[in-house]
Amino acid sequence: MARNKVEVDHGLTFRMFLVGLGLVLLYAILGGVALRMGVGMPMVIGFGAILLAAQYYFSGPIAMFSMRAHEVTPEEEPRLHQIIDRLCLLADMPKPKVGIAEMDIPNAFATGRNPKAAVVCATRGIMSRLDDEQLEAVLAHELSHVAHRDVAVMTIASGVGMLAGLVSRMAMWGAMFSGGNNDRNNNSGAAEMVAWLVSIVIYFVAFILTMALSRYRELSADRSGAILIGKPSALASALVTITGDMGRIPRTDLRRAENGNAFFFVPALAGGTAATLFSSHPSLEVRLAALNKLERELNG
Amino acid sequence: MGLRDILAGRTKQVQPKLDNLFALTQAAITLETSLDLITSGQAGLLFKAGSGSDTITADADILALLNFDLKAEDVTLSTDAMGFKWLVVKDPDLSSLVTRIHGANTALVENGLGARLLCAVFGFVDKTPPGEGDVRMIYLLKQGTWYPFAPTGKENRNNELELRVKAFLETELPMEKDLGRWMALWDLPVN
Repeated sequence: MARNKVEVDHGLTFRMFLVGLGLVLLYAILGGVALRMGVGMPMVIGFGAILLAAQYYFSGPIAMFSMRAHEVTPEEEPRLHQIIDRLCLLADMPKPKVGIAEMDIPNAFATGRNPKAAVVCATRGIMSRLDDEQLEAVLAHELSHVAHRDVAVMTIASGVGMLAGLVSRMAMWGAMFSGGNNDRNNNSGAAEMVAWLVSIVIYFVAFILTMALSRYRELSADRSGAILIGKPSALASALVTITGDMGRIPRTDLRRAENGNAFFFVPALAGGTAATLFSSHPSLEVRLAALNKLERELNG
Repeated sequence: MGLRDILAGRTKQVQPKLDNLFALTQAAITLETSLDLITSGQAGLLFKAGSGSDTITADADILALLNFDLKAEDVTLSTDAMGFKWLVVKDPDLSSLVTRIHGANTALVENGLGARLLCAVFGFVDKTPPGEGDVRMIYLLKQGTWYPFAPTGKENRNNELELRVKAFLETELPMEKDLGRWMALWDLPVN
């Protein structure tokens, strides 16, 4: 069918592929550095892997806890549940748990390691500010994050940065301790300095790539969500409503929400000061432009 | 979702499965003999209209593309509280109701609305009232499965009757096994 071409944005897929390739390369370089450093590295890698696994496994509860969110039953929140019920049946996906965060910041997030363990959560603020159609669009975006398994993807992607951080710390300690030792260790001290520098560079590049990947995943979720409800303009209007509100809220209130940024529908730290390079979400203009493009594609 | 779709961050649109729709005409015999339920002469189709030229939005367009060969009062179109469209068809004969709903589905799929189709509803009433209560047989188009819905008054449903219907029809209809998907459709326009 002709419609199916709408599902794929080749430019976006290609950019995502490049970023992914970069991250894989970084993993390889880091592995090489770790090998050169020799002893102790398997332990670091093992430790990193355990941390990553824990982050992956407990991502749901951790995000729920840090957002002060709790699960709600259909009796407590019939509107939210009914919208999600219908969206899940339309997309033929298992229904995730539904949660509410008791805060006035208008936002929503999805978390959980797989579609079965997923939680889709909305804040009180978003429920009160959006009408049904806009809320449906936001929830379709979050359900797309679940379907795309973005928690798993982003955990793996952010792993290289975390490992690089661990390696650089190990190398630094190694250099410090071997410096005071006898002359047998002079060479390894220099090698560890190099490893320290390399891993810091890797850490920095990995951070930028991870943020880029995160922005592309957001655009993908926008697209899939808009296609699911068949109305990109509903998601666009929800975005405008929320970001308009976000800008008016004092920053001091928002700081507490900062650590949940990667899961958010819109990042809680609003404002144009942060460079695009370092932000986990695309700017409003980019998202609206992408939705406009999709609207045109839908209209043939 | 395949690994490629996950890595590329995209979702395939799900098209409706219409194969199991016609099984209802057989199951209706069991409904009548075992539960004393007969067709109410009404059926509905619940879907979501979107934007775009191949996703027709105006009610008149939808009715036109369905191309029913019948009087206008037999087919009505309305929008529910959640922004979904209800197409309601009236016909005393169940098998022709099923055929018409199937035809409506096919027409909507051909016009690019396939991914927006949610479910089809067929009304069943007591043959000798007062009986145990009305039951709607609901066909989930994306899943290709059936479930019974027996609303009693405001936001209440007769789960006991629903489970009994399931038990009776299990061998004839593919019933939805995940009870969490037995969505309640309050205020539905199909009797």
